[in-house]
Amino acid sequence: MVKSWDIDLRIPLRFGLIAGLIALMESVIGIVTLSWERSLVANVVTMGQVLLFAPAIVIASMAAKQANQDKKLVSLLYGLVTGFLTAIPLIILIAMATAFDLRQFMPNVSPALIELLTFGRSPVAGSLILLGVTSLMGLLAAAFDFLPKFIQRPLLMGLIVTLTIGIFSEILSNRLRDLVSVDFSRAIFEGKALKTIIAAGLFAFVAVLNFLWNQFQEPIRGAFGSLPPRLTRVLRVLVILVLIALGLLIPTIAGTYLSEVINNVGIFVLMGLGLNIVVGFAGLLDLGYVAFFAIGAYSMAVFTTEGPLGVSNMSFWAAIPFCIVIAAFAGIVLGVPVLRMRGDYLAIVTLGFGEIIRILALSDLLKPYIGGAQGVLKIPKPTIINFFAVIRDFFVNLFRGLPLPKAPFETIDLIKPEQFYYIVLAGCALAWFVSWRLGESRLGRQWMAVREDEDVAEAVGIKLVSTKLLAFAVGAAFSGLSGAFFASKLTSIFPHSFKLDISINVLCLIIIGGIGSLPGVVVGSIILVGMPELLREFKEYRLLMYGILLVVMMLARPEGFIPSAVKRREMLTADEQMQASAETESAAGD
Amino acid sequence: MRSRLANIDFIGVFLWVIRAAIIVAVVWGTTATILNNTYTTRQWTDFLVFGVAQGSMYALIAIGYTLVYGVLFMINFAHGEFFMSGIFTATVFLALPMDNAGWLDRNPLLGLLIIAVVSMVISVVIAVVTERIAYRHLRTAPRLVPLITAIGASFFWQNLYRGLLGGEQKPFPQLEVLTGTIPMLGTEIQKVHIVVIIVTIIMLIGLNFFIIRTKTGKAIRSVAEDKEVAALMGIDVDRTITITFITGAAMAGIAGVLYAMVYRQVHFFMGFIPGIKAFTAAVLGGIGSIPGAAIGGLFLGMFESVGPSLFLKGLGIPAFNQLKDVIAFTMLVLVLIFRPQGILGEPLAEKKA
Repeated sequence: MVKSWDIDLRIPLRFGLIAGLIALMESVIGIVTLSWERSLVANVVTMGQVLLFAPAIVIASMAAKQANQDKKLVSLLYGLVTGFLTAIPLIILIAMATAFDLRQFMPNVSPALIELLTFGRSPVAGSLILLGVTSLMGLLAAAFDFLPKFIQRPLLMGLIVTLTIGIFSEILSNRLRDLVSVDFSRAIFEGKALKTIIAAGLFAFVAVLNFLWNQFQEPIRGAFGSLPPRLTRVLRVLVILVLIALGLLIPTIAGTYLSEVINNVGIFVLMGLGLNIVVGFAGLLDLGYVAFFAIGAYSMAVFTTEGPLGVSNMSFWAAIPFCIVIAAFAGIVLGVPVLRMRGDYLAIVTLGFGEIIRILALSDLLKPYIGGAQGVLKIPKPTIINFFAVIRDFFVNLFRGLPLPKAPFETIDLIKPEQFYYIVLAGCALAWFVSWRLGESRLGRQWMAVREDEDVAEAVGIKLVSTKLLAFAVGAAFSGLSGAFFASKLTSIFPHSFKLDISINVLCLIIIGGIGSLPGVVVGSIILVGMPELLREFKEYRLLMYGILLVVMMLARPEGFIPSAVKRREMLTADEQMQASAETESAAGD
Repeated sequence: MRSRLANIDFIGVFLWVIRAAIIVAVVWGTTATILNNTYTTRQWTDFLVFGVAQGSMYALIAIGYTLVYGVLFMINFAHGEFFMSGIFTATVFLALPMDNAGWLDRNPLLGLLIIAVVSMVISVVIAVVTERIAYRHLRTAPRLVPLITAIGASFFWQNLYRGLLGGEQKPFPQLEVLTGTIPMLGTEIQKVHIVVIIVTIIMLIGLNFFIIRTKTGKAIRSVAEDKEVAALMGIDVDRTITITFITGAAMAGIAGVLYAMVYRQVHFFMGFIPGIKAFTAAVLGGIGSIPGAAIGGLFLGMFESVGPSLFLKGLGIPAFNQLKDVIAFTMLVLVLIFRPQGILGEPLAEKKA
């Protein structure tokens, strides 16, 4: 009887254990406690609850999918058992924390954690409740799978969007208060969370929208496809214009704090675009990329600072070309010795270079020039000519017959992040354009040939030396520009800003976005730099997240979220390729 | 004329210039230091002994890199975390409570033995989990993929430990038995250094026996030679790779205990620098070769300990000890550039280089 049901209890056992360990890990490293009070939807759900129960839900759903499709009861059972087992490690933790003082070993296993795990009850009652809750969640997750796909997707989408907006409630409510009115902000947000009714409305709205999109996606696409080509071109230009206008308006919409965050994202986009050339195009894994960032930043600092370390009183603009050239030169100098290395040795050597540069910056040896641990202070912000005032004066004086404005013109300092944004934007746009054109140029194709197979590339007449050195130089130049912006933005720099973390961070963001893909760099930066900046209280867990992301991406989706076209083709499995070719053949046959 | 100019290997010339510059700097610095009689013979012996002790630890950690590289051709970037995890856990959960209870001072040897065993076990567990979850599925992936995964794993363990056991430095208890010095070689040598050296020698002999004499060791060697043929000969390749990780991690676990005894503090980031240096040692000795890892470790340790005082001081560099890590990294870079096969290695086949 049981046999015909095909129950294999080892499946939920394994999944439940994994889910339980994840939940346990989240609890003992303290992230659950930290985020428990941060509510997403007022009085309904907090971030800590989501974090604690997400493993039970997600993994129970995965376990339920392992069951035979028409055996609904079995999949419910799998879900239930997985959910049940998720609670077991947590209950063991509760028991141990009640019996011993675990806090002396693990600082994050605090009474507060135990209290929230037991819902404020006694350990036994709390454990039972926890067991019930996770089991129920496992069961529901399994049951969710019974819904037809066209209902599942909108529901998931609605949930994700609502929770994401919930996470950023505080910032959004602040912005709404400034942009619209206090009352409007109060109408939507309560404290630092979405109001329940608004959240429900948002959820319904997104779900319906997603539902409609899924239903009518094909006809809409078809309609667009059948438009006359001239019209589509006009539409495309319009879209681009709107995007540019939006890009220019961002600081006004975003306000000071968000602009600062966006500037940081931009600095990483710039670096990401550079590393994308080195790693993504040319396939040279560089783990010491922060070295060029540091070189750019220190060049900017030393050339422009008003402090005692300054070698000249250049302006920001005059120093920029020097920073780029010095960084590119450094890229070549560090590139020459490693030309003959490939793969992982190259990675380790460049990592060594990065550390050497940082230690040198920190040492007393270079202290007289770049300040050692005290860093360089008093770096001026960029200044631009106040074009509005100059043009206004020009016309006013023209009409009044007064002498026209002459150099030196009136200038403004770009002190506020909202103003600095335009510089970062210009830098990113330039880097984007250069990467895009280079990627499609002869040189870009040479890089890709070197990436795929050095020996073959050499055999077809590509000069490895100059091709590789150009990749290093261009990548380093972008990074140097980024460093120059960084120095000017912060007005003071210290060696500890240039740790290995930055190299890893940049590497992560291009991998997450999709190696070799330009939009991927932007998306990766937003996810890996922007989000953590907005969630400052979880700063400690940022690198942990990076580690998990790197491993998971490599295992599950090595081509990244927005893969470049080439990679997408490469990553197709042999099956899919066969299928595709079979389809073309049959199409040709018809 | 033009064609002759084009034939000059500019890269080769550049590399020769680097070589010459480094040799000149080292010789210059060394001569200056020796002529000035900056240090007494006894100080030199101290540097050397410390270098040997330091190098022993590098050697033990380097074994893990070399073994894994031998079988998988992969730089296990997370190996430094295997080293850290064992001793960090053992210190927080065992050494400190035992010390607080006063038990450790009464039974130092037994206590240290327990700590060492626990440290090894934890390192091994972490290694096996990492291999099973992160590396096993990537055996056939392009070579950068496992490296990036290993970097991710390294960051994961570091920061997991940071959240788990706290981000601050923890003291490792000071043991009565290990403090003080013994007169030897015309100088006073710290007891702890002697212990480190002896333990390392024992571990290396044991490892050698394991690799050369036992069947499992033979399996590891054959998998390193050729996985497919080994599988055809009836060797369970997956199991052998796991055993390789276990062996390396066990060595790292012991190295962790020695490290804690010498420096008497542990924290979550302690694996990074020794990890990179041990990798340097492995490359220096010739990656893939076990005696190479031992020799490379010793050499690097001594060089790092003697080097700053020997030639950096002679060059008149202020606060030269800050540049200790630069020496190790420079050495890594130089070895990889000029002699990637290392001291003992044979020229690497294309697939390994």
